[in-house]
Amino acid sequence: MASIWRYLLAGLGLAALLVGVLAVVYLTAPQSAQLAGPDLSRTKKTDNGLYIASFVPERGVVRQGELESWLLTLKTKTGASVERAAIAISGGMPQHNHGLPTSPQVTDYLGEGRYRIEGLKFTMSGWWQLRFAISSGAGSDTVLFNVVL
Amino acid sequence: MTRLFCFLALTVAVILVGCGKPDFSDAEKKTIASLALNTLPSLKPDTTNRFADVPAAAALGSTLFFDLGMSRDGTVSCSTCHKIDRQFQDDLPRAVGVGRTNRRTMPLAGVARDPFFFWDGRRDSLWAQALTPLENPLEQAGNRAAYAHYIKARFGERYERIFGPLPDFSGIPSNASPLGTDAEKAAWNAMSDGQRDAINRVYANIGKAIAAFERSIEPAQTRFDRFALDLATGAEPKGDAIFSREEILGLKLFIGKANCVTCHNGPRFTDNGFHNTGVPPVADLPPDRGRVDAVAQVEADPFNCLGAYRDGDVSACGELRFMVKDGPQLIRAYKTPSLRGAATRPPYMHAGQFSSLDEVVAHYAKAAPSVEGTSEIHPLELSDRERAALVAFLKTLSE
Repeated sequence: MASIWRYLLAGLGLAALLVGVLAVVYLTAPQSAQLAGPDLSRTKKTDNGLYIASFVPERGVVRQGELESWLLTLKTKTGASVERAAIAISGGMPQHNHGLPTSPQVTDYLGEGRYRIEGLKFTMSGWWQLRFAISSGAGSDTVLFNVVL
Repeated sequence: MTRLFCFLALTVAVILVGCGKPDFSDAEKKTIASLALNTLPSLKPDTTNRFADVPAAAALGSTLFFDLGMSRDGTVSCSTCHKIDRQFQDDLPRAVGVGRTNRRTMPLAGVARDPFFFWDGRRDSLWAQALTPLENPLEQAGNRAAYAHYIKARFGERYERIFGPLPDFSGIPSNASPLGTDAEKAAWNAMSDGQRDAINRVYANIGKAIAAFERSIEPAQTRFDRFALDLATGAEPKGDAIFSREEILGLKLFIGKANCVTCHNGPRFTDNGFHNTGVPPVADLPPDRGRVDAVAQVEADPFNCLGAYRDGDVSACGELRFMVKDGPQLIRAYKTPSLRGAATRPPYMHAGQFSSLDEVVAHYAKAAPSVEGTSEIHPLELSDRERAALVAFLKTLSE
C-alpha cells in the first residue's frame, strides 16, 4: 500500500521536474522580434531636433505590393506648421541590403504642414526604412522612420 | 500497481506531447496562407484600356492572338511562342519567331496583374506589351501600317463594332513604321501627323484587344493551394492535399532558411520586382543588362501610360511615374517570375540558362557574383536532402 504512495510521489516529482525544465526553457527563450525590433514610432523629432515629423499611411493601412500614398506632417519645435519644405526621400531594407523598389515623391502640399507622398510600395514583408531629408526656412534636417510588415 | 504506473507514464506522455511543437509555427502558417491562391484578389479594372473587359474585344483579341496573318510572312502568331497547351510558353531556352530572340518566352498565367512586362519591364501595360513583338524583326516582324491594312481587310466589321470607325486609309502606305526597315521608316516620316496618329490609334486598339483576351488567362489551383487551405482552416488534408515529409521540408526551407519567399511572395509567388541574382550571361549573345536599359525604353514608348493612346486618367500611371530610374541595383536585374507551374516548364531564367530546377537551386545556393552589378543573393548551405526537398515543394505548384 505504502508503495503506491511512493510511486505517486515519484510521479509528482517527475511532473515537477518537467515543469521546472519547461519553465527554464520558456524564461530563457529569446525575446520576440516585436520587442527587440526597430523603433516603430510614427511621430519623432528629426535628427538635429529642428522639426517634429510624423509619417502615416494615408488610408490607415499598409498593403504589401501595392502603390500607396503616405502623409508626412512637419511642425517646428514650437508647433508651427512647416510650409514649402523641400523633401528628398530614400530608404530600403537594411537586412536585405537593397533600396526601395519605387521612387516615392512629394506630390502635394495639403496645408497644416502635411505633405502627400505618393509611389511608396513595400514589396516584401520585413523591416523597411524611410529616410527624409527636409529643408525649409527653419533649416535642413533628416529623419528616419521604420516600417515593419 | 502496474495500472497506476501506466497511468503516471501516460500523464507524463500527455504533458510532453502537449508541449511538443506543431508542424508549423504561427509565423510560418501566416506566410503559407499568404501564398495560397485563395488570397489572390480579383483582377482590377485596367482603366488605361477601356476595352479590357469588353467581351467582343477579348474575342477579337483571341482571334488575333492565334492568327499567323499577324506577322510579316504569315508564319508567326503570338501563340507560336505562347502555346496554349504549354502554359502559353514554348519550352525553348530562347524564343524563336521569324528569327532567334535572346530571351526566354514568359508564361501568361496571371500576366494582367504585372506592373511591368517582359523580363526587363520595358513596357508598362499589357496592351503596350502586345504591340512590341508584332514589330520586332526577330518575332512577328511586321509594321504598324501593314497591320492596320490587314485589320481593315480581314476584320474591318468586327473592329468597327468594338472600336468605332476605321480611319481613311487613302494615301497610307502599305508598309510604314517608326521602327523597322529604312524604307518603312522613310514611309512613316513621309506621312502626315494625322495619318500617323490614325495608324497608331488602330495599332493601339490591336494591343487593347489582345490584352482583353490575355486578361482571361489566370493561374489554376494546385496541390499546394489545397494543402494551404486545409492548413489555414484546420481541416484534415485529404487525397493529393496531403504533403509528404519531403514536400513539407521543402516548404519550410522555401519560407525559411532558403529565403526564396523574400522575392517569390504573395499568391503569384512574385514581388513583381527586378533583381540581380547573379544569373550568368549566355555566351555569344549580345550584351544584356536587364532593367537598367529598359527604363529608358519604357519612358520613350509612345504607347506607355503617359502617352496619347492611354484611356482613362493619369492616376493609373503610378508605376511609371514612380519607377526607379537609375541606380546600381538595376544592372542585370530581371523580373521575379511567378513560380506557379514552373516545375513543368524548364528551362529557367531570362535566357534559359538552367535546364532543371536542380540547377536553379544549385545556383542560388552557390550565389556566385554577378558578371556586372551586384547580386542580391548570398551563399546558402543546403544539404542534398534539402535541395531535393525544395524541388519537391516546387513541384506541388505544378500539380
